[in-house]
Amino acid sequence: MIARARPAWWLGAAVLLAVLPWVPGLQSDFGRSLLSQMGIAAIFALSYNLLLGQTGLLSFGHAVYFGLGGYVSAHFMRAINAGLPVPIALVPVAGALAGLAFGIAFGALTTRRGGTIFALISLGVGELVHATSLMLPSFFGGEEGVTASRTKAPHPLGLDFGSQLQVYYVIAAWLLVAALLMHAFMRTPVGRLCNAVRDNPERVEFIGYNPQRVRFIVFSIAAAFAGLAGGLHAINYEIVAAEALSATRSGEVLLMVYIGGVHHFMGAILGAAAITWLQVSLSDYTTAWLLYLGLLFMGIVAFVPGGLAGLVTMHLAALRTRALAAIARAYAAALPVALLASAGAITLIEIAYRRSTQPEAGTRMKLFWIPMDTAKPWPWLAAAALLAVGAAALLRLWPRVSRAWASAGEELHGRG
Amino acid sequence: MREIVAFSLLNGAVYGLLLFMLSSGLTLIFSMMGVLNFAHASVFMLGAYFSWQISRWIGFWPALVVAPLLCGLIGAAIERYGLRGVHRQGHVAEILFTFGLAYVIGELVIMGWGRNPIENRVPAVIDFAAFRVFGTSYPFYKVLMTLISVGMFTFLYLAFKRTRVGLVIQAALTHPQMVGALGHDVPRLFVLVFAIGSALAGLAGVIGGFALLTEPNMAAALGPIVFVVVVVGGLGSIPGAFVASMLIGIVQTFAVAVDYSLMDLLRTLGASVPASPFLREVVSVKLAQAAPMIPYLLLVLVLIVRPRGLMGTRET
Repeated sequence: MIARARPAWWLGAAVLLAVLPWVPGLQSDFGRSLLSQMGIAAIFALSYNLLLGQTGLLSFGHAVYFGLGGYVSAHFMRAINAGLPVPIALVPVAGALAGLAFGIAFGALTTRRGGTIFALISLGVGELVHATSLMLPSFFGGEEGVTASRTKAPHPLGLDFGSQLQVYYVIAAWLLVAALLMHAFMRTPVGRLCNAVRDNPERVEFIGYNPQRVRFIVFSIAAAFAGLAGGLHAINYEIVAAEALSATRSGEVLLMVYIGGVHHFMGAILGAAAITWLQVSLSDYTTAWLLYLGLLFMGIVAFVPGGLAGLVTMHLAALRTRALAAIARAYAAALPVALLASAGAITLIEIAYRRSTQPEAGTRMKLFWIPMDTAKPWPWLAAAALLAVGAAALLRLWPRVSRAWASAGEELHGRG
Repeated sequence: MREIVAFSLLNGAVYGLLLFMLSSGLTLIFSMMGVLNFAHASVFMLGAYFSWQISRWIGFWPALVVAPLLCGLIGAAIERYGLRGVHRQGHVAEILFTFGLAYVIGELVIMGWGRNPIENRVPAVIDFAAFRVFGTSYPFYKVLMTLISVGMFTFLYLAFKRTRVGLVIQAALTHPQMVGALGHDVPRLFVLVFAIGSALAGLAGVIGGFALLTEPNMAAALGPIVFVVVVVGGLGSIPGAFVASMLIGIVQTFAVAVDYSLMDLLRTLGASVPASPFLREVVSVKLAQAAPMIPYLLLVLVLIVRPRGLMGTRET
């Protein structure tokens, strides 16, 4: 269940969003652009979590509504460029309405069932819309997509969108509004019914509600917020292309929400920020970043069903127990060997990637400040040995960690 | 015209058989465990890469045996060491696990063989003309593909209907709890089914790799279509998968060869052509352009109208 919203909490969030672009390190155009992307991703992920986390609907085509919202917004912006007297900051409303309209149209057909059937239909609709987008260039702009300008428009309140900072503040304001609305929606009776449909659809039907209707309503609303995020995407990049509604983007938002944690409202925001940051920064360091992302995702699915948000709440709860010291000691013992194993794995992955994807860069490379030659056997052997020793030691130390957590769990449950 | 029909039929059937090899394994896995296995097409891709690599080392014929076996082992390992642990968290977690696995296998293929397509040519030993139709020679490797997939269909069918393990698997498709209660080791059966399904996907990869482009994206391109086949054919039905594969293979191949659009149809019927430029664009899309959409249209329609599929015994 979603907790009641505390005004102080939202005020804190607003202050945080206002201060973020002035934090050292984020004070550049690059940092503010990163924050803007995070904000868009956060709205998109929150809308996806209405489906996956709150209603238990696994969609493989949520980007359809993000992309269509983006396209409609881009066309709306072009109309503004041509003289329509509407401020650019209101463009996402057009995106949200488009998302809502398409959500209602597609949702009426696709939300009759939940579970695997819904997942498969969403996949099919996603592929259909993507294929259509390449066939109808007059609306979708073909391969290049649709471009529009965010500066050629009326400038109320001095908002001329000349700087990334202004774009960021508009995105942040929309993020706050969207998060508030979605949070409020989950506290309405329909929102609570969503959780019931997720947990036990048969029983919902039994007490006289129609799960199909609930799924349809939440689907349309999620599509509207996805469209809103798409509108912000159009403002931020001034271009929308077929990639915005592709299966790749649908998969991305699934990764964000699941890694962030599906059981927690903050999870989607956390996941969106983390994955966007990884996309932007990790891709500078390594070409293998998608592999690391995939491994992280699989690790979370297999071992941490609560995601990052689940980890955070788990540790916050443990702070209040006496087992804290034991947990800290177990971590301190496990951390070095975990780092050792990761170093081995990363080295193996990096040299293999260098050999196969950048043969033109030669066989000599530097990793962790150590020069090595991928044509020689020793880097491979050393990395494999590191990985094997580290993994073996980690397997031996892991029972200590789980014992410490077990005693913390007992203490928490004992208290009730 | 007759030439086009004959070639479209032949090529469509070969493509359909390839789809069938992929989907027969997936339909077993899907109906038995309820897992929408996103990594299935990735194993197919691994089969293609393995066969190319092994062919370079020891020749094509050994590769035809070794690569599917390797894929089968990988499948067994995925189920035994991956999915089994995720199983108790429910279906969504299982689906997501295979979804992540598909990402990771795609990246591992890049790590092993690079981002560009490999030159996976038809091996010289099977690259000759089998017979001639309409003055054009028909390659032997396509005949081989047909033979192997038909052989596999027969093998699967007999194994299912005539062997003890086959009967137990059939029972486990619909009543896994009951089969477990009768003392059969259902988890081991899962591993077996996963291994067989993956080996079949690997085999499809070996003989389908050079018919398609062998590149890290091939799994993502083919994966959704295999889902379509499984759903359209019906869960747990090997004959259904066969019919659906042939249907999709032939329809798609024909559609590519047809250069007509709705506009042509309207003109032939003497109807008026829509005036608005957007509608004009919609109706002037040629069927050949729309060919990639056909399987997904079929998927959505089947799921909405008849979720059991053509020959399925129960709903998805």
